[in-house]
Amino acid sequence: MEIKTTAVAGTLESSDIQIMISKGSNGIEIDLESEVKKAYGDQIEKVITETLKKYGLENAKVKATDKGALDCVIKARTLAAAQRATETQDKPDLEVL
Amino acid sequence: MENKVKRELPDDLMNKMDLKPFETTEIGHPEVKRVAPKVRVTTGQDKVVASLDDVIKNNLKDGMTISFHHHFRNGDYIFNMVMDKIIAMGYKDLTLAPSSLTGVMNDKVIEAIKKGVITNITSSGMRGSLGDFVSHGGLKNPVIFRSHGNRARSIEEGEIKIDVAFLGVPVSDPAGNANGQDGDAVFGSLGYALMDAQYANKVVLLTDNIVDYPNTPASIKQDQVDYVVKVDKVGDPDKIGSGATRFTKDPKELKIAQMVNQVIVNSPYYKQGFSFQTGSGGAALAVTRYLRQSMIKDGITASFALGGITKPTTDLLEEGLVRKVMDVQDFDKGAAQSMANNKNQQEIDASWYADPHNKGAVVNNLDVSILSALQIDTNFNVNVMTGSDGVIRGAVGGHQDAAAGAKMTIITAPLVRGRNATVVPSVETIVTPGSSIDVLVTERGIAINPARKDLIDAFKNVPGLNILDIHDLQKTAEKQVGVPKPLEYTDRTVALVEYRDGTIIDAIKEVKD
Repeated sequence: MEIKTTAVAGTLESSDIQIMISKGSNGIEIDLESEVKKAYGDQIEKVITETLKKYGLENAKVKATDKGALDCVIKARTLAAAQRATETQDKPDLEVL
Repeated sequence: MENKVKRELPDDLMNKMDLKPFETTEIGHPEVKRVAPKVRVTTGQDKVVASLDDVIKNNLKDGMTISFHHHFRNGDYIFNMVMDKIIAMGYKDLTLAPSSLTGVMNDKVIEAIKKGVITNITSSGMRGSLGDFVSHGGLKNPVIFRSHGNRARSIEEGEIKIDVAFLGVPVSDPAGNANGQDGDAVFGSLGYALMDAQYANKVVLLTDNIVDYPNTPASIKQDQVDYVVKVDKVGDPDKIGSGATRFTKDPKELKIAQMVNQVIVNSPYYKQGFSFQTGSGGAALAVTRYLRQSMIKDGITASFALGGITKPTTDLLEEGLVRKVMDVQDFDKGAAQSMANNKNQQEIDASWYADPHNKGAVVNNLDVSILSALQIDTNFNVNVMTGSDGVIRGAVGGHQDAAAGAKMTIITAPLVRGRNATVVPSVETIVTPGSSIDVLVTERGIAINPARKDLIDAFKNVPGLNILDIHDLQKTAEKQVGVPKPLEYTDRTVALVEYRDGTIIDAIKEVKD
């Protein structure tokens, strides 16, 4: 899977997370901003990384602005951003979904 | 050393400051001795002075204790006005002992700490940039957090010895007869400031409204006042309280409020002449509204409502559903204005309200109190002081006092806030011990303190009241948000939380970033 464009999913509303994905060459690099970073930062990064790898992305720059999202929301927003970045939203990978 | 609620307290500080660990919520019948202020005798003919600088210069020395009240809330002009002068005059090592600190004071306190002007603080609470600053080790000596009742006790017993009290009022006469009910910047009850007026060695009133002698009603009386300083403006009326209190539309808060009402009306205390205290949060205000409907339907009236007062409560007074309002503080404009018009809205001072060491405070006459929580743990211990990141962002307020006094104390809290669980295995900071908490109401159901078998019996057959074990509520929350990584603190103590009797219930450590 190849990143073709920079793409965003999610909002800055409370309990949401905004994920921006762009091209990278150094594995999955995550820049996380979160009010619960101390307590849940590792868990949030783990969910993003696992979701991207499952989608077949090994290299990506991720800017994540979290407003207290639960894991299911983080996964959904990451997937949406990944589909948009790889321009595959018309043919979603049902295995991953 | 460890106290009775299993919190590790710093031995060095406890010994150095001669403090005792918390043991019990039972106050018993100790004999205590009160202190008296020094009085500089005058006939009171020349109290009105133009120069605040002169008043400070002639009365304040390095190392002294100064106090303020927080009745102007975020509309306060007095604190920054006085502190600017004290900082400019180069004072050192002052102890700041206000009734509480509001957001508008934060930056000035930080400036004063950085310049060595303030080296000790005792307060009900602190929030925002100041809480952040203290939690990151900005103040060398630990802050002492005290409830409103405990502050009254500490002043009476000399643990807080106020040298100079700077008290802003919206009206005074030239002799110092003052209240919070007339003028531009009215806030209603002067409850917390009355302690300072009675016990400070020097009492300085600051007002933008000097009226003809004698001014009544006189909440602060001329025999207590040393100076009356005329200033341009004491406060911003629009920021003292929220204007009209709005009814929450949040379905979660409404559901909680409905359940709280169910708990109240099905409790053994709901009968003719019962009494209650509610806070100012969205759910608490909604409770007042549901309770009103129930009282009308059941033909029940309350003898009194207590505490920080809001307009929904004074509306009940006007409707005759509540016979008296015992008012230590007003949270909004409606409640503040109502005080001037309603003789059944009685101003009470902090000692009368909640002091554990007197001959009976109003909280002890209370049937039901409804309080909030940042966190509550499976032992029912409540935290209203530190956030889930360990940073100071709250206040003890009257929480410990109302919980201890009321026959039934209800905590209202959503199960989670964002990704933070509210019901947790162990709270970051214990403010109110679980032994004084009876019922927790969340949107998922209620939990009853196992010690209250009578309440479990009273509620078990009420339709719509889902009674759960508090451990199950905690697990439900954890399942939703996950297990947080434990917070990291340094060894340094940045604040100590007193229980209302002056013993130490918890220590707050410097957060590690």
